[in-house]
Amino acid sequence: MTAETLLWLTLAVPAAGTLGIWATGKVANLREGVTLVTAVALCVLVALLAEKVLGGARPALTLVKTLPDAPLHLAVEPLGMLFALIASFLWIINSIYSIGYMRGNKEAHQTRFYVCFAIAIASTMGIAFAGNLFTLFVFYEVLTLSTYPLVTHKGNNEAQRAGWIYLGILLGTSICLLLTAIIVTYVQVGTLDFRAGGILAGKAPDWLGALLLLLFMYGIGKAALMPIHPWLPAAMVAPTPVSALLHAVAVVKAGVFTVVKVIVYIFGVGYLAELPWTEWLVYVAGGTVLLASIVALTADNLKRRLAYSTISQLSYVIMAAALFTPVAIMGAVLHIAAHAFGKITLFFAAGSIYTAAHKTEVSQLDGIGRLMPWTMGAFAIGAVSMIGLPPSAGFISKWYILMGAMETEHVFAIVVLIVSTLLNAGYFLPVIYRAFFRAPPADARHGEAPLPIVIALTVTAAGTIVLFFLPDLPLALAEAVAQAATGSSPGAAPGSVK
Amino acid sequence: MAEHFPVLIVLLPLIAAPLCVALRHGGGTWLLATLATWGSFAISIALLAQVLEDGTIKYQLGNWVAPWGIEYVVDELNAYILLVVTAIASVIMPFAARSVPAEMGQRGVYLFYTMYLLCLSGLLGMTVTGDAFNVFVFLEISSLSSYALISLGRNRKALHAAYQYLVLGTIGATFFLIGVGLLYLMTGTLNMADLAARIDKVEDSRIIYTAFGFIVLGIGLKLAVFPLHAWLPNAYTYAPSVVSIFLAGTATKVSLYLLLRFIYSVFGHSFTFDKVVAGPLILVLAVAAIVICSLVAVWQRNIKRILAFSSVAQIGYMLLGVSLGTVMGLQATLLHIFNHAMMKAGLFLACGCILYRVGSMKLVDLQGVGRRMPWTMMAFTLCGLSLIGVPLTAGFISKWYLVTATLERGWWAAAVLIVLASLLALVYVGKVVQAAFFKEPETGVVNLAEVREAPLSLLIPTWILVFANLYFGIETDISADIAGQAAKQLIGASR
Amino acid sequence: MVDLILGLYNYWIVIALMMAGLYIVISRQNLIKKLIGLNIFQTSVFVLYISIGKVFGGTAPILDGTDRIYSNPLPHVLILTAIVVGVATAALGLALVVRIKEEYGTIEEDDINQMDDES
Repeated sequence: MTAETLLWLTLAVPAAGTLGIWATGKVANLREGVTLVTAVALCVLVALLAEKVLGGARPALTLVKTLPDAPLHLAVEPLGMLFALIASFLWIINSIYSIGYMRGNKEAHQTRFYVCFAIAIASTMGIAFAGNLFTLFVFYEVLTLSTYPLVTHKGNNEAQRAGWIYLGILLGTSICLLLTAIIVTYVQVGTLDFRAGGILAGKAPDWLGALLLLLFMYGIGKAALMPIHPWLPAAMVAPTPVSALLHAVAVVKAGVFTVVKVIVYIFGVGYLAELPWTEWLVYVAGGTVLLASIVALTADNLKRRLAYSTISQLSYVIMAAALFTPVAIMGAVLHIAAHAFGKITLFFAAGSIYTAAHKTEVSQLDGIGRLMPWTMGAFAIGAVSMIGLPPSAGFISKWYILMGAMETEHVFAIVVLIVSTLLNAGYFLPVIYRAFFRAPPADARHGEAPLPIVIALTVTAAGTIVLFFLPDLPLALAEAVAQAATGSSPGAAPGSVK
Repeated sequence: MAEHFPVLIVLLPLIAAPLCVALRHGGGTWLLATLATWGSFAISIALLAQVLEDGTIKYQLGNWVAPWGIEYVVDELNAYILLVVTAIASVIMPFAARSVPAEMGQRGVYLFYTMYLLCLSGLLGMTVTGDAFNVFVFLEISSLSSYALISLGRNRKALHAAYQYLVLGTIGATFFLIGVGLLYLMTGTLNMADLAARIDKVEDSRIIYTAFGFIVLGIGLKLAVFPLHAWLPNAYTYAPSVVSIFLAGTATKVSLYLLLRFIYSVFGHSFTFDKVVAGPLILVLAVAAIVICSLVAVWQRNIKRILAFSSVAQIGYMLLGVSLGTVMGLQATLLHIFNHAMMKAGLFLACGCILYRVGSMKLVDLQGVGRRMPWTMMAFTLCGLSLIGVPLTAGFISKWYLVTATLERGWWAAAVLIVLASLLALVYVGKVVQAAFFKEPETGVVNLAEVREAPLSLLIPTWILVFANLYFGIETDISADIAGQAAKQLIGASR
Repeated sequence: MVDLILGLYNYWIVIALMMAGLYIVISRQNLIKKLIGLNIFQTSVFVLYISIGKVFGGTAPILDGTDRIYSNPLPHVLILTAIVVGVATAALGLALVVRIKEEYGTIEEDDINQMDDES
């Protein structure tokens, strides 16, 4: 198959899967079968595509000419490739997990759940492979809309309220700020294509460039930069598989992915480094890292703690990208991958605890590690990755971010990295301590969660470790992104695999 | 045959109308009306193709040579408008078959179609004619029949709404007549092309300025330009479903066409924008319409009223494009005419489905209706998304063109305002969607438990428009290109 | 000045009629009176058109071969159409008022608005 066909299929397969799931909605086993087959097929397609991209291919495809000079256009580049790989691989794991979770908790409307999930994944692929800002924006909005029914899945008043916050913030910021920024870019430059080295350099006055950065950063609400983060904790009312894949991987990563993409391919790192009035981004992102960590410290609800942890980890990526230097960009890209595996493991563990023990608060977790060793073992590995200790993927990405901060001699960023590591330890270690070193309550009768759940969280925890020892693939892709960031060789083959 | 198309498109419904009275049979008149409408639609397609190929068509009525005889002129602009009007009219005919007898009773059906055909031929005549006085005649034909159509609504408020519309509509038409009279006084001609040529010499006269004022004001009343929109909300709300759909999709569009025709073809671009400096005035009215009427729509409790106020706001968007006075602005306006006709007709069609089954348009009565009528409400939601301007829908395309046009002109504030007003649309559409899908039914007034999904004959036209909204949101070759060509031609030919 | 007032007296009549008609439409609450105002307003426009067509010293435009000055017949013809339209509007308006009287039991706009607000 040619790379173009593969590219086209990465959108078509989950779309077809959506129809299949909907059509087989009455027969639960068949429906889950369709989900799994679609997920595996998608992952294989993306992997095949990745092979070609690593070989230097940059397939592109125009779907329809919707706007003059801004058609619906797909184009693969290393950053999107990495994002697609992560999302499609974790979708398989998450589907296995969902089956265990949704059945274990006897949730209603399961067909709607799987259908919306498949649409969300299809739009995630669209975001990853978007060839211009317009296409990215379209799929970004589809992702928001398709995840809304997932967030309000429970249908009670709390879920409704959370749903309004979710839609209100994400749609509001994207329409008011992001769309404005896109249109301004279009009017100034005349194109919206992602190009290595950026398209804005020399096309806009300094003040407008700085304003655009502000519009973009706050327009991409999914990156959860404070103060537009409240949608993420609100979205935690969703069933755990949704929080796990969408609000630790697909949706939030779509946010920081877009941030990195805009910084690298629209502004261009070189242009931003020279642009005045852009330092605020490092400070706001660093501030978000610290503040969110502090909130996480005080949160007793486990998922809420994880949500704030996510907010802080997302801002790592933004802060790294905001250093405007290739090494830090590499760190940002790697952190997208590292955090995805770590955080999905943590959410899986939280869902596992809820399914087996029906516990949601940290203070209820005394001794649970003895009853659920697999779950809490995986949780510990995820937490280690979040803190950034070896041997976990989080260590590598933080290393690169730190190197970037050193290179630019940005004292604030270095301080943030050190303090936040301590804070991360501060909110994860007590959970692990409680789980393993305190006696379980006398009336605890439950054991491990259902098998699919345990399999899923074991795989992702293992993935966190594997990425530490075998980081070649993400490193190769990250290097290619860093190269594009400098604008040196837009179409050339990515750097040699270490 | 083909050379008579410009007059046939008007004659077809005009001849069918009295035949309906003669026929008197409900189903038969429906068939006749449908054939006439579809025939007009086919002719409009042929005309558009012909115009795109060979350029402007001129037709001398009864072989009386212009400027003495009445001339029909079809260029890109009115071929485009003809297509929009006849397309909307064609889509709603299958819907009317079921909806009209249900809302008006079997006995009056033939009279309804008579009025409907007269209204259609009036609108088509206004669009196709190249004679200023002839415009007035067709304007009154369509207006008089639409007063009658509105008064057929189930609620007695429809009568009052029709009366109010009659008073304001007549004032508008009479203003227009005064303007045309003053133009004749100064130039001695009524043919638009001839007028355009002769105004040049006398355009500094105060009478021409006065004529401009009267004509714009008169058309503005029919167009429901804010603040002359008082008649519109009640008329749309209490009219029978089919009439609401038809008027919302076509009547204001034709009035806007007239405005464009007079501004650009008769008075000329330089007179309008440089001498009278109408741009800023239109801009202010447009912005006021967008903001105020969107806000008012948010507070309404009747779905049709929400949509009616939204219509006034959308007319504001179209005028905003006009006020720019550029090709891009005009293209955005024309595109929005097309797209708005689709989305508003789709929304009102969904309302028609609801009215058919539930019999109420109040939000309170419709809580939870989404579960009883999923297809109808899904259609409403999708057209609503188009109204908001969500990407991949037609509404997004027109907003995109409008915003880029305002930015091209350097009007940042207006661009920001368009984007913010989309949020208001989000609120008022969201209100309906939330009530329909996410709220529990209120017990008492209407028993929703017995409500079923609307019949297919109502759903199919609705969904045709839903798909049109999606199709023209993705594939814009046809709509945007023709709009662009018409805009270029109009401004290019204008002085 | 005198010329402005007397020379254009027919236009002054037009303006007076027009304002009177509009004033009635706006100020009266009675639906029938509003219609009467509307008709006066329209009539003023008829007068305007007929004034336009008048040529001083002209007669009726009957052509019998001799050279004569005659009034411009076109505005008169146009206004015939407009009169027909005006009659139709009045008829339709009156019919609506009859239906309103049947449904509401009144033709005073205040009362109708009040009844509309209540339901």
